[in-house]
Amino acid sequence: MLRRRKWMFAVLAVLPTLAIFAWVRLYPIAEMFNLSLRDWDLLSPRRPFIGLENFIDLFDDRLFIAALINTTIIALGVAIITIPSAIVIAALIHSRAGSKLAPFYETAIFVPHVVSLVPAALAWKWIFDSELGPLNAFLGVFGIDPVAWLHNPTLAVLCVIVLCSWQALGYAVIIYLVGFKNLPVSLYEAARLDGASARQSFWFITVPLLKPITLYVSVVILISGFNVYAQPFVLASDTQGSPSHLVRVLVYDMIENSFSNFRIGYASAEAVILLSIVMIITVIQFSILRDRSGR
Amino acid sequence: MTATAEELAEGTRLRARKRRQRLMVDAGLLVFCVLMLMPLVFLIGNAFKTPQELLAWPPTIIPQDPTLENFRIALAETSLLRWLGNSIAFALSSTAAIVATSAITGYVMAKFPFRSINVLFFLFLATAVVPFEVYMIPLYFQVRALGLLDSIGGLLIGYLVMSFGIFLIRQNTIHSIPDELIEAARVDGAGELWIFWHIALPLLRGAMGALAVLAFFQAWTAFAWPIVVTSREQHYTVEVGLALFQTGYTVDTGLVSAASTIVLIPSVLVFVLLRRNFVQGVASTGMKE
Repeated sequence: MLRRRKWMFAVLAVLPTLAIFAWVRLYPIAEMFNLSLRDWDLLSPRRPFIGLENFIDLFDDRLFIAALINTTIIALGVAIITIPSAIVIAALIHSRAGSKLAPFYETAIFVPHVVSLVPAALAWKWIFDSELGPLNAFLGVFGIDPVAWLHNPTLAVLCVIVLCSWQALGYAVIIYLVGFKNLPVSLYEAARLDGASARQSFWFITVPLLKPITLYVSVVILISGFNVYAQPFVLASDTQGSPSHLVRVLVYDMIENSFSNFRIGYASAEAVILLSIVMIITVIQFSILRDRSGR
Repeated sequence: MTATAEELAEGTRLRARKRRQRLMVDAGLLVFCVLMLMPLVFLIGNAFKTPQELLAWPPTIIPQDPTLENFRIALAETSLLRWLGNSIAFALSSTAAIVATSAITGYVMAKFPFRSINVLFFLFLATAVVPFEVYMIPLYFQVRALGLLDSIGGLLIGYLVMSFGIFLIRQNTIHSIPDELIEAARVDGAGELWIFWHIALPLLRGAMGALAVLAFFQAWTAFAWPIVVTSREQHYTVEVGLALFQTGYTVDTGLVSAASTIVLIPSVLVFVLLRRNFVQGVASTGMKE
C-alpha cells in the first residue's frame, strides 16, 4: 500500500520533467536524424526521403570540409594550450593555498570564463586589430611590422584559439584545483623522504594521479571546441562584416545551410556528423576510464 | 641533542630559499593574472575614450581625457537596455525552470529506487551528451509551429531543463538527506509532497543555489539559440544585439566598448559576490568520479 503510494508520487513528480525532456530533447534529436535522410527546402510541404545522399554531398562540399578542418584545429588547439597551462597554474595556486592572494588568483583566472562571450570577443578583436590594436603596438617595440591578424585566414584561426583558450583556462584551473585538494598528502611526504625533488613529485605523482581529471577536462574542452560559434562569429567577420566568413566553423555552416540556403536536410546531416564526433570523443573517454579501473 | 651552528645555518638558508621560492610563485601568478584581466581592462578603457583617442597610435590603455559620451549614446540611442531586459527575463525564467525541474526530479531519482525511475535517470543523463547545437534546428521548427519565434517564451523552450542539474541534485540528496529522516516523517504521517517541500528542499538549498547560478550564466551567455530564434532587433538578447552591432562596415569601438562594459559589469559583480556558489557548481561538474 505504502509502496504503491510512493510509486504514484514518484511518477507524478517526474512526469512533468519527463514530458519536457521528451518535447525539447528527445523529439528534436529524433527529428534531426529523420531530416538528415530527407531533402527539404523549408517551404515545400514535401520532404522526400533520399537516403544517404546528404552525407555523400557533404563530403564533396568544400565549405563543409573547410568548416570541419577549422573546427577540428580550434578544438585541438584549445585543448593543447589549455590543459598543460591549467595544470601548472593550478599547481602554483595550490602551493599558495591559504595565502591572502589565493582568492584573487582564482577570481582573476576565472573571470574570463564567466564574462559574456561577445563582450570578451569584442575586447580581443581590438587587441588583434591590425591598425589600432595593442598587440601590433607591442610587437612594434621589437621592430616587428604590423600583422593583419584577423584578415589572414590562418592567423584568424590562431586568434580564435587564443580567445577560446583564454576563456577555457579558468574552468580547467578550477577543476584541477579540486583535484589538487583531493591528492593524498602522505604520498608526497613519502616521496620527499625518498629524496624526490618537487619537480619529480609533480611529474611522477601529481600528473599521473590527476589523469582522470585531465581526461574529463579534455573531453569538456574538446566538445565545446567542436561547438564553437560565437567566438569566430565576432572575431572573424570579414571586412564587409559578414560574420565568421574567414573562419568557417561547423555550427556556422549548419546555420547558414538552414536559414540562408534553406537546405534543412543537408544541415541536419551536418548535425549528425557533429554528434558523431562528440560521441566518438565520449566513447574514447569511457574506454580509457574503464581500462584504468580494469587494471 | 643540540643542533650544531652549521645545522642551524643550514635551516635558515633553507627557510630563506623557501621564502624566495614563494615570492617568485606569487610574482609569476600576479603577472599572469594581470595578463588575464588585460583584455577586460582594455575594453573598459576604450569605453571612456574620445573618438580621437581611439585612433591614437600607439594605443593608450588608460584614457587621457575620459568621457561618458559613449555610455550616453549606448543607453539613449541604441536598444541596449531593451536587450538587457530581454536577457534578464530569459535568464531568470530559465533559472526558475531548471531549478524547479531539477530539484523535484533529482530528489525522486535519489530517494525512490524503482527500476523505471532508474531507467529514466539514465535516459536524462544520456541525452546530456548531445550538444544543444545538434538538435537546435528541429527545435526551431517546433518553436515556430507554436508561434513563439521572437519571444522570451521561444528562447525559454531551449533552456527549460538541464541534465546536469538533475544529476547535481540527485548526488546532493544522496549525500545530505538521510533515509531515516524521510522514513521518520512518513511514520509520523507526513505526505510525500510535504516531506519534499519541508524537509528535502531546505537541505538542498546550497546545491540549488549553485545550480541557479550556473543556469543563470548559461542562459545569459547563450548565443547560437537566441541568434536563431530572434530576428527582430527589439527581441534580441544582449549577446546577439552586441554581436550584430559590430558587424557593420565601420565599427564604432568606443560605442561597442561602452555597451560591452555595461553588460560586463553586472555579470562580473554577480560572479564576485557569488564566487563560492559558482565555483562549487562548476567544480561539482568535474567530480563525477
